[in-house]
Amino acid sequence: MQESILTICEAMPWILEGALITIGTVAAAMLLGLFLGVPMAIGQIYGNAATRGVIALYVWFFRGVPILVLLYLFYFGLVYQLNPLEFSLFGMQCSISLALSPFAASCIVLGLTSAAYQSQIFRGAINSLPSGQLKAARALGMRDFEAIASIILPQALRLSIPGWSNEYSILLKDSALVSVLGAMELMARTKAVATSTAEYTAFYVSAALLYFLITWIGLRGLRYAEKNFRIPGYSHL
Amino acid sequence: MNEATQQTPVLEARNIGKSLGGRPILSDLSLSVYKGEMKVLIGPSGAGKSTFLQCLNHLITPDTGELLLNGERISPANKGELRSLRERVGMIFQDFNLFDHLTAQENVSIALVKVKKMSRRDASLRAMMELERVGLSRRAGLYPAELSGGQKQRVAIARALAMDPEVILLDEPTSALDPELVGEVLAAIRELARGGMTMIMATHQMDFARALATEILFMEKGAIIERGAPASLLAPGAKTRTQAFFARLVAEESAC
Ligand SMILES: Nc1ncnc2c1ncn2[C@@H]1O[C@H](COP(=O)(O)OP(=O)(O)OP(=O)(O)O)[C@@H](O)[C@H]1O
Ligand SMILES: [Mg+2]
Repeated sequence: MQESILTICEAMPWILEGALITIGTVAAAMLLGLFLGVPMAIGQIYGNAATRGVIALYVWFFRGVPILVLLYLFYFGLVYQLNPLEFSLFGMQCSISLALSPFAASCIVLGLTSAAYQSQIFRGAINSLPSGQLKAARALGMRDFEAIASIILPQALRLSIPGWSNEYSILLKDSALVSVLGAMELMARTKAVATSTAEYTAFYVSAALLYFLITWIGLRGLRYAEKNFRIPGYSHL
Repeated sequence: MNEATQQTPVLEARNIGKSLGGRPILSDLSLSVYKGEMKVLIGPSGAGKSTFLQCLNHLITPDTGELLLNGERISPANKGELRSLRERVGMIFQDFNLFDHLTAQENVSIALVKVKKMSRRDASLRAMMELERVGLSRRAGLYPAELSGGQKQRVAIARALAMDPEVILLDEPTSALDPELVGEVLAAIRELARGGMTMIMATHQMDFARALATEILFMEKGAIIERGAPASLLAPGAKTRTQAFFARLVAEESAC
């Protein structure tokens, strides 16, 4: 018993470092998902038929394929097998390096997937705003992109925070999957230590607690943001 | 005022037609409003008043017909021209459509910054001036959800006025208001009329129309079926559709 406590204490700093990598992965994926998801939502609502079609296809693909498949496909099928990408352009030999760390590949795959889900969160939020908001902005002579940027998005993003919280906790759990690429985050490190010491219970319980803690802190933060940005007089905005 | 401006309507609509969902909603509507005039659109629900008003600033694109602003034809394909049309034609909506995430003052100033490219400071000052004009300078920092319906509509009026429009379209500006709040909004509009603002207004407020309209246009099923000065359409004993419509409104009101 004393021995196992000792092992856990020794391994903890290394595992906590893994937790930081997990947090970094989730943060990067959330942000990538945000920066792609917002324009996708806008394109899906205000875009022409071609734009809407392409975005719908993207969303359909990333929602339909398991993350595990996407991770293998992207990392081994693309980054590993096709690297370096060689082709000739106007008679010139070109070579593009696709080399990516497992960490970067994980952030990209999770981010692209999250973009699909986040775009639907934002789309729902934009659609829930009264149509009169855009009408009033247009009636004042605003360009559509000005109206979207300064009237629609500030309101829609507020409405998106609860959905975003949901996406955060799902993404955090999905991030455990990237251990299959050899990204040494919380799950991968826990597994390594648990296997080598045979202290399975202790290490997996500690991993569960750490995931729980990260979820809890993140959700508290978003809840705070939701309250902080609430518009006076409204219960829902 | 010289002869030429006297003869050019501020806003002219020629033969506007519109179908929605395969159904004709507006057919062949024409209207000219001259400086300082107030045209009043009345008619039963579904007559097409809102649709027509929104055609006048191209929030809805008409299928046929044309618009002239100060005698200049607006080409609908030119986005810049459409925006300039909307900048110069103000609009007041039945349900206010204030920007919910902005204070009263920001509601008024935002288009000054985004469209008229004023500095934030100048825009805020101008917004304050317009709020003052509708008696709301002390509410400048409040959000729409913190205002009464009448106050919201007055902010909307200030927002439209800040753009220095040449004509204002008002779509039943008092219909969504509790009866006790109608008066303050009508007073603000009356003040505009007194100041010589050109307006086209859909309303069911008979006394208001009788007192201020230069012309009443009675719409039904997407067409103007009667038009004339209030004195003739609403003369005691006049057998007009307008008279009958108002008589029914009054009867309904006293029934409930
Ligand atoms: N997007 C649309 N698609 C199909 N029909 C529409 C659409 N918008 C309005 N209509 C129809 O057009 C007709 C005119 O509507 P409009 O709102 O202009 O009438 P209104 O005179 O303003 O009525 P109210 O007094 O109720 O405001 C109605 O019959 C309505 O059902
Ligand atoms: Mg209407």
